Amino acid sequence: MTDPTLISLEDVGKVFPMNSSLLRFMRGLPQSRVNALNGVTFEIRRGETVGIVGESGCGKSTLARCLVRLHDCDSGRIRFEGNDIAELEGANRRQFNRRVQMIFQDPYSSLNPRMRVRQILAEALSVHRMRPKAEIPARIAELLDTVRLPSDAADKFPHEFSGGQRQRIGIARALAVEPEVLVADELVSALDVSVQAQVVNLLLRLQTELGLTVVFVAHDLRLVRHISHRVVVMYLGRVVEIGPTERIFSAAAHPYTQALLAAAPEMDPRHRNTKPAARGELPSPLNLPPGCAFNTRCPLATGRCFTERPELRATEYGHMAACHLVDAHAVSA
Amino acid sequence: MKAGLSLEVKNLSTTFETPLGAVTAVDGVSFDVHPGEVLGLVGESGSGKSVTLRSLIGLIHPPGKVTGQVTWNGQDLLSVPPGRLRRVRGGEIAMIFQEPMTALNPVLTVGLQVEENLRAHTALDRGQRRARAIELFDLVGIPDAKRRLENYPHQFSGGMRQRVMIAIALASNPKLLLADEPTTALDVTIQDQILKLILSLRDELQMGVVLVTHDLGVVAGTCDRIAVMYAGRIVESGSVLEIFDGPRHAYTRGLLASVPQAGAERGPLLAIEGTPPALSALPTGCAFGPRCSFANDACRATRPELAEIGPGRQVACLHHETVAASKGQFA
Repeated sequence: MTDPTLISLEDVGKVFPMNSSLLRFMRGLPQSRVNALNGVTFEIRRGETVGIVGESGCGKSTLARCLVRLHDCDSGRIRFEGNDIAELEGANRRQFNRRVQMIFQDPYSSLNPRMRVRQILAEALSVHRMRPKAEIPARIAELLDTVRLPSDAADKFPHEFSGGQRQRIGIARALAVEPEVLVADELVSALDVSVQAQVVNLLLRLQTELGLTVVFVAHDLRLVRHISHRVVVMYLGRVVEIGPTERIFSAAAHPYTQALLAAAPEMDPRHRNTKPAARGELPSPLNLPPGCAFNTRCPLATGRCFTERPELRATEYGHMAACHLVDAHAVSA
Repeated sequence: MKAGLSLEVKNLSTTFETPLGAVTAVDGVSFDVHPGEVLGLVGESGSGKSVTLRSLIGLIHPPGKVTGQVTWNGQDLLSVPPGRLRRVRGGEIAMIFQEPMTALNPVLTVGLQVEENLRAHTALDRGQRRARAIELFDLVGIPDAKRRLENYPHQFSGGMRQRVMIAIALASNPKLLLADEPTTALDVTIQDQILKLILSLRDELQMGVVLVTHDLGVVAGTCDRIAVMYAGRIVESGSVLEIFDGPRHAYTRGLLASVPQAGAERGPLLAIEGTPPALSALPTGCAFGPRCSFANDACRATRPELAEIGPGRQVACLHHETVAASKGQFA
């Protein structure tokens, strides 16, 4: 029997040093650092779609980049099929790079403007020696057909395409090397609503056809709800809640998740709230409050929340939340 | 009708000269905004919604050309002398821009930028302006107002900068607020706060609001009436409830259906095939025709005009009855 866990993150941390100023140096202050990721632990199972949500600055893009090893994590480890990805070398590392592919947010800057689509795809194919040279043109035609682009697209430059079509080229490039995992960082947020639906439909179809595992990083909760099996909610570099999509959306346990869901605009003009869902703003990641990072905005924070940081704790149905009040909520919700 | 001023826009068109020939970004747009009402202008990028907003108060620079009529307080804003227009703009009609970082002056303190508006549009003296600025910051929810007035824009977060912009816009008690995607650059919890703020100010000051947005969720949560734009024209307008319950233009229907709904997880979304046309190469007939599943030869031959189909309800589609009847397909 194969292990259902494909990727596991164990206590992953990532720190970005800030540019130190002369003044800080003269005063003998240490260099300031941003803790982009802090003790992130969860698992990604084979064939599922994991949605990662959170507001800007919560570390979701950093996490995506760590998953494909564009960043190395500073503490903890990420295991792919049980092997620490930081220790992969040579052929194993190339295999990992092939099997885990990333699609980037901005379809305008992630494609080389001076390469034709054919060259972009051929480069991916030849770097990983996916096909003998003679078979490359056929494979390119096949890939373009998979993402529903016309076959004459191969001889055009990226600037000749619209945003949605470029995102399809990005997907075709990722699929060229027959990956098992796709990490999609804000795949459709740069696209118009009507075009978003096309790309989401494409992703859903490809996942079923090719049995892909998808990590879908996004800030649009409606979209994440639509395509994910499980959802990870992040706040200031930490996972605050994780669980099956329907549990998260119907019985969110963490006050931050509840605020995020209440703030997301609803599509029904009859349901209107006049009160804002969350007060205040994100604290600076340079200067995190002690205790629970959400305590500055949480309407339910008690004394304990300001001194002791809550750990992720399981509630039920594979649902976990990092909140001292989690049991009380489960009853009230 | 309630006291206050209404804005009447008739047949507004804006054209730009480009190397590829004249492009009509806004084409014969007409709408009204009543006091205390939020009108949503909805559309995708390039549909002309922001240009419409800018055209209203003379923010289109030559060689861009604006024609039509914008009636405000008995005068046509498109033909009044520049000095008169300047008194209205920023005074009676204020605007909030999408990018608070580029719309604020980075080398002046925000206090100075608020007072600038007060100096131009009110008769307050220095001390009173100061007091009013503090009052405005309290009103828009910026804590510690006195100290924050001394700060520069870079010392504020995105949400706080947008609040500063709103404070500047509200400085001289406008009767009409034009908001160009005021929350697009912000996170959901902050977006929620800013929209609620605009709504409560609308109630307090009886302002009319024109809200430009591409997010239908924002529209559902804030607007009273909406006008949907496609390729520079209004294709459907009416009350929010009517349009969300029964869209009558195939484009509106597609937009509403392409937003994921709860209860249909992992099913295919009803996407609109293709992409919006370039304004320099509009198809003949209905601009939405090539992407529309209802289109027939009649749609390709003539461009449907916006026609009244009920009280306050307009649609520019030859097949609006068929579209309304097909509603069940995604409900």
